[in-house]
Amino acid sequence: MNSAALIIAEVVPLVTPETTFDVPANVVFAVQAVVMIFAAIRVVTTKNIVHAALWLVVVLGGVGLNYILLQAEFVAVTQFLVYLGAVIVLFLFGVMLTRAPLGVSDDLDNNQKKIGIGVGVALLAVLSYALIESFGRSELTFAAYEGVAGPNTNGRTQAVSDAIFGQYLIPFEMLSLLLLAALIGAIVLARRD
Amino acid sequence: MTQAVLHPILGLELAYWQETTIRVLLGLVALLLLTGGAVYLYLFKFVSFMQSRLGPMEAGPYGSMQLLAEVGKWLQKEDIFTEDSDKFIFGIAPAVVLASTFLMFVVIPAGPNAVVADLGTGIYFVLAMSSLSVIGILMAGWASANKYALMGALRAGGQLIAYELPLILAVVGVVISAGSLNLQDIVAAQSDGAIFGWTGIGNPYILTQIVGFTIFLIAVQAELTQTPFDMPIAESELVAGYQVEYTGIRFLVYFIAEFATAVAFAAVASTLFLGGWQLPGAWGISDGAMNAIGPIMISTKAVLLVGVVFWVRFSLPRFREDQLQKLAWKVLIPLALANIVVTGVMKVVF
Repeated sequence: MNSAALIIAEVVPLVTPETTFDVPANVVFAVQAVVMIFAAIRVVTTKNIVHAALWLVVVLGGVGLNYILLQAEFVAVTQFLVYLGAVIVLFLFGVMLTRAPLGVSDDLDNNQKKIGIGVGVALLAVLSYALIESFGRSELTFAAYEGVAGPNTNGRTQAVSDAIFGQYLIPFEMLSLLLLAALIGAIVLARRD
Repeated sequence: MTQAVLHPILGLELAYWQETTIRVLLGLVALLLLTGGAVYLYLFKFVSFMQSRLGPMEAGPYGSMQLLAEVGKWLQKEDIFTEDSDKFIFGIAPAVVLASTFLMFVVIPAGPNAVVADLGTGIYFVLAMSSLSVIGILMAGWASANKYALMGALRAGGQLIAYELPLILAVVGVVISAGSLNLQDIVAAQSDGAIFGWTGIGNPYILTQIVGFTIFLIAVQAELTQTPFDMPIAESELVAGYQVEYTGIRFLVYFIAEFATAVAFAAVASTLFLGGWQLPGAWGISDGAMNAIGPIMISTKAVLLVGVVFWVRFSLPRFREDQLQKLAWKVLIPLALANIVVTGVMKVVF
């Protein structure tokens, strides 16, 4: 055994770490990303306001799917409940209650298109920079939670709840206060007297 | 790589995808059998006897094949799209509603291993999936190009949003008591519990959470848009609400979704409040045997609860729209919040 092989034997750990390149997850992510981008473009280009809201269902559902791929089950279910079950329903409800003609309507565009594109690109740049700076080199280990709580997925839900009601308790409570303030504000605005 | 595991019920070595396929197919069969059984038992016979008539008697013994005859009739009918309707959205709206119903069944356990997916989010997943049906109903009402359909869909939207809150808040009491969102854990917490030290029948949460159980059943009645909360399809006001333009197989899909959702909510209520698939007291029966007894237990409980839904449906007249909203926002939600506070205090004290 020469010295080069010895050095390699010292550096490389005896047990090779299990590969984290999870093929099905990556395939699903690719398909879902393409569908989401297409749907997001359709949200702003479609000529019918209800269709725009329904394309938004595809985008927000895709976000939920993304959370599932990241093994954040609780967050995914929250995404479905809050965004699809409540926010989109309120969109559709409000649109249908006021004005929602069938077929094509041409007055959905306004003159803020260029500002909108600018803001969108700036947001993309800032978010991309922040994400690559903080997570650029870390890999998701798909085996991370295995064996935490047996056959079910309780462990992941418990991890989220421990984080919210432990480390992030104060921000969580502040957000509740903010939402409460918004709720009271809405009631004040809606009251006639 | 997922390795082949010894299947706990069949005793066979199955790959992950094979096991999942078997679970999904068995779940679908169980769902359709229970739904068909509940429709025959309650919609055809129970209501007929309440109204002093016999109900269907011709197809099969005591009319038991009537449902198959009805399905055959619907399948033969022409699938009509009205001239002005938004064809694509009109076409897929029933599928959205049915998918929402089917997804609810994924996490409902019928035995120690007899469940499609034992998710940690359990009951939360059920509630999230049940809330998706509103999108399908709004799509149907809008795409029909019919003002009655649109009014029905808007009524359905307002009603389902209003009653989702008491539904979720009523469940929170059970979740606090059991200390888990997982439905298997909730079943275990009930069968392992004790009533003042007596462990004979465990501690089904209908005893400690009777307020939550009542709120849950009222909210379910409204979520299912059954009388006295059937304003979205009120036949004397809106013809048939959001279903008015549907015929043939698409109407059949709405019909199946309505009653399958009733069975799903009844199964959830029996899991949360009546001990689920577990016998009263565990009796030391092995897990393998419970996988056969459990489905019978939960089916019985669920069908009995569907009976309660239909009993109310055929007994009470329809509420007014403002009474419906008042009941949800001024009675059920404050009551459910009070229930959560009391349950939390009791959990800390005992």
